[in-house]
Amino acid sequence: MADQDKAEGLEYYQPWPYNQRPKITWPNGARIALWVAPNIEVYELNPPANASRTPWPSPFPSVAGYSIRDYGNRVGHMRQMKVLDKYGIRGSISLSSALIDHHPEIIDLCKERDWEFFSHGIYNTRYTYGLTEDQERELIQDSIDSIKNATGSAPVGYLAPALSHSTTTVDLWAEAGGTYTCDLFHDDQPTPINVRSGKPFVSIPYSLELNDTIAYVVNKIEPRRYGQMIKDAFDRLYAEGAESGTVMCIPTHNYQVSTPHRLAAFEEALEYITGHSDVWVTTGREIADYYLQNHYETATASIASINAEGGAA
Amino acid sequence: MTWTTPAASGPLDYPNRRYGNDHDRYEWSMLTDRAPLSWPDGKTLAVFVVVPLQFFPLNPKGEPIKVPGNMTMPYPDLRHYTLRDYGNRVGIHRVLKALDAAHIRPTFAVNTRLFEREPLLRQLILDRGNEIMGHSWSMDTPHAGGLAEAVERELVQRSLSRLRELTGQPVRGWLSPGKFNSPNTPDLIAAEGIEYFCDWVNDELPYKWNVASGDLWSMPLATEISDTYTLVDNLHSEESWADQVCDAADLLLAESREQGGRILTLTLTPWLVGQPHRIKHVERVLAHINGLDGVWSASGSEIFDAARNQIS
Repeated sequence: MADQDKAEGLEYYQPWPYNQRPKITWPNGARIALWVAPNIEVYELNPPANASRTPWPSPFPSVAGYSIRDYGNRVGHMRQMKVLDKYGIRGSISLSSALIDHHPEIIDLCKERDWEFFSHGIYNTRYTYGLTEDQERELIQDSIDSIKNATGSAPVGYLAPALSHSTTTVDLWAEAGGTYTCDLFHDDQPTPINVRSGKPFVSIPYSLELNDTIAYVVNKIEPRRYGQMIKDAFDRLYAEGAESGTVMCIPTHNYQVSTPHRLAAFEEALEYITGHSDVWVTTGREIADYYLQNHYETATASIASINAEGGAA
Repeated sequence: MTWTTPAASGPLDYPNRRYGNDHDRYEWSMLTDRAPLSWPDGKTLAVFVVVPLQFFPLNPKGEPIKVPGNMTMPYPDLRHYTLRDYGNRVGIHRVLKALDAAHIRPTFAVNTRLFEREPLLRQLILDRGNEIMGHSWSMDTPHAGGLAEAVERELVQRSLSRLRELTGQPVRGWLSPGKFNSPNTPDLIAAEGIEYFCDWVNDELPYKWNVASGDLWSMPLATEISDTYTLVDNLHSEESWADQVCDAADLLLAESREQGGRILTLTLTPWLVGQPHRIKHVERVLAHINGLDGVWSASGSEIFDAARNQIS
């Protein structure tokens, strides 16, 4: 498809100003829903070529990139899990579902802790780019079946592998039984998403800015500054949560945040956050379920009303 | 030996989706599943400091890839040639003084060509008696995919045989320039008697590799708190780099007391941290490490031997 034929914007959601929404309440009067989303990924040493994106920057074997990600599963996972255990946080795992085959020990550890598993594709070296709709549907169904077989329940959340999307990724996820997406970064509160099937479906905030890979690799931030960013984000969302409930997500990777030179800064931030009252420490799925049951209808009515008044042409 | 990681036939074909790794060069193993290690004299945190001694030619070929730190300007790039050479003339002396003051022993990773060109530097290093690792011929001899096997074999043989001649040391360790590997690098260095290499950053303890001949192990050497990654690639401040190393030391020491021996690894590059505005941060880091209780400063081979003797 030529570029000029592509839509210039997304149709998944409508304008809905932050200051014109019905009040969100969380269980037990919490001001903020906090969730931590460890990405637990597998990267292939020899992935197939993709026309839109090159998995590794150097020729086979791409030692630097592959080996630090391998470190995450060999070393980093246990370290991060120990810190989350210490603060009573259940991870919501963004899972490369091939990890179920490669490293089932990690799956067992997470199951024991009643962590949530959501889908992050099969491998983080297999992109959505270039797939037909049927192929993407097959990839999604494979990840759902794999997670269901391994954990006993089907995932309801999706973060597309390596944040690679098609124009129908979110629609396909909803049609496969999903109820929430982490792929949209437009808001600090859950928002109803218009999927083509018309099913109730929400976007749960997953902060790209606080994602440790974005912070450490893309933005090259120092560890203590990253810890301070987390605390600052919490302070503001906690304050705003007194008026209407907010969501804060800390997306992590076991090869980033769990390294010895970074973990202290992360731990200090979690210590700070969990030292507050009125924080709902939860999972992505629980936020989505609660929102769908308690706020979704009010929200869709509010969005319809605001946009009917001529907000958007 | 070959890498058993066949290519996929299409985007939804996963030929390596199986238990363990997607190749068979080493075993899948979580750090915490292994028997705890102990270090000599009841110490729990080994400190492995690598000081690379590097030669960056004025006329690099940059093939098959360019190792970071090489010349970037039109020939002759006096800027980068001399800045790198600064480390071998001036910076190294500051780094050695800082290490000695903190009673921390370095292991030198040496480009063989440098020791041919610089007999005075070679003698200075040899007189100290510290361990010397292979670091290929120069910073313009990358071991990377695209390098013909025969060419790489000759490069490995030349680098190691000449380095052994020049130093009189067995040269048991290896660090590839820029930590690049070709598919053949592990087999080729093992065939020439290398016992441990520091290119793969996937673990914090030594672990065994499967190679065609010889006995090769991976030794940890973290890229992420190396001075070049933090200061050059990420442009972090020197204060932040020092904080990161101290935080890593504290975490690994605490973990070592609960889980058995750990290794703090550190790379100190003379042309970078030997600059007058950076050396005080090196001194702070080394003083912090030296002040910890339970630290064992040792050479690469000493740590490697201690670990290997305990790993069945």
